[in-house]
Amino acid sequence: MKPARFSYHLPATVDEAVALLAKLAPDDGRIIAGGQSLVPTMAFRMAQPPHLIDINGIAELNRIDVEGDIVRIGAGVRHAAFEAAGAVPGVTGVWLGQVVRHIAHYPIRTRGTFCGSVANADPASEWCCVVAALDGRVVAESASGTRRIAAADYFEGVMATSRRDDELVTAVELPLLPDGTRCGFAEFSRRPGDFAIAMAMTAYRLVDDLIVEARIAIGGAEPFPRRIAEAEAALNGQPPTAAVFAEVAAIAAAAVDPMEDSNNTADYRRSLVRAMTLRALEAAA
Amino acid sequence: MSDIKSMDAAEKVEIALDINGRVHRVRVEPRKTLVDVIRDDCGQTGTHIGCEHGVCGACTVLLDGEPVRSCLMFAVQVQGRKIRTVEGLQRGDDLHPMQQAFMDHHALQCGFCTPGFLMLAVGVLEKRPDISDEEMLEVLSSNLCRCTGYQNIIKAVRAAANAMRTAG
Repeated sequence: MKPARFSYHLPATVDEAVALLAKLAPDDGRIIAGGQSLVPTMAFRMAQPPHLIDINGIAELNRIDVEGDIVRIGAGVRHAAFEAAGAVPGVTGVWLGQVVRHIAHYPIRTRGTFCGSVANADPASEWCCVVAALDGRVVAESASGTRRIAAADYFEGVMATSRRDDELVTAVELPLLPDGTRCGFAEFSRRPGDFAIAMAMTAYRLVDDLIVEARIAIGGAEPFPRRIAEAEAALNGQPPTAAVFAEVAAIAAAAVDPMEDSNNTADYRRSLVRAMTLRALEAAA
Repeated sequence: MSDIKSMDAAEKVEIALDINGRVHRVRVEPRKTLVDVIRDDCGQTGTHIGCEHGVCGACTVLLDGEPVRSCLMFAVQVQGRKIRTVEGLQRGDDLHPMQQAFMDHHALQCGFCTPGFLMLAVGVLEKRPDISDEEMLEVLSSNLCRCTGYQNIIKAVRAAANAMRTAG
């Protein structure tokens, strides 16, 4: 189908964009960045925003900046940017470079944006799982100021977040993992490029051959991604052995409350969480 | 420093689209997708419309050299950018190596998906001539074909990749 009519606004600065949003958000005015999720929903007429505010003309948003041990990803940065080696430094950059290959298909990645995916908050979003795994912060700007929302306070449900309608996600800030951190990622979807049914992200360091600073985040299974504290606690202090990984994967599977849909029962998703956690831990080792 | 450009929903606005080096000045509503404007308003019907929601890839065009789904953008968004479509591949009477390879390897039957596959493969190979076979397979999984079973498309793209590298 064809999208319903909308008025189109092209601000050149963040100030202009948030001023427009303050005026138009109460009338269901929406931000468009890459549009790779919004435009299909408009084509189906599931979304009929009367106003679109296009942030593609705001050059200052097209940047990835590193300051100390924080990387700041601007709202104009496309998924495909993370496929280039060195886009983000260190082990975190290598990890993001592995994760990005699982996001949709290449022609979608040339257009869709990191921050757009985080703003959209689809349960199966790989970037949302990254934000949860790393305890990232969402930078939300509005006419009344700027908020930095911690991942744990940001995700609230299926495509539901604590961002207000008048707030523009201008960037996401991720802490860079220390050198030597071992990172793993695994997801399951029935065909390449499909939405993941479950995914797992793991990271840890070894000190005296024992695991420290364990991070295990699960996405796609529950309404929003989150770190699984029980599984992390079980991993910390242990050696990276097959037996430990199997036990931790079982703990992660027991800790989640999986969604059901017409194709996937909760039990099926739970077993996928176990398998993906195990694969992610093995990939990190 | 600049005026916010706003376009009213019901009004047609004049835009200039650079398609294959030729500028088309057309009047369109903001809601019109790039692929609809390329076909209906600019008369370049080589680009096909399949699913209209970004799944099939039939409408793939190159935007400043990058493959994109032209059904997932609005034409008002691409002013000042360079668009390449299947009509721009041929040079005079000579087919592009990718077009020739698709013929040689029987990589099309009904031809509906072909313009999208051609632009996808050409766009990726122009940027990354030495892309690995595994990565190219992943790229080709972006688009759908209901006739060929994909194997001949893969053969054609491999052959064209060699031809494009040789041609330098």
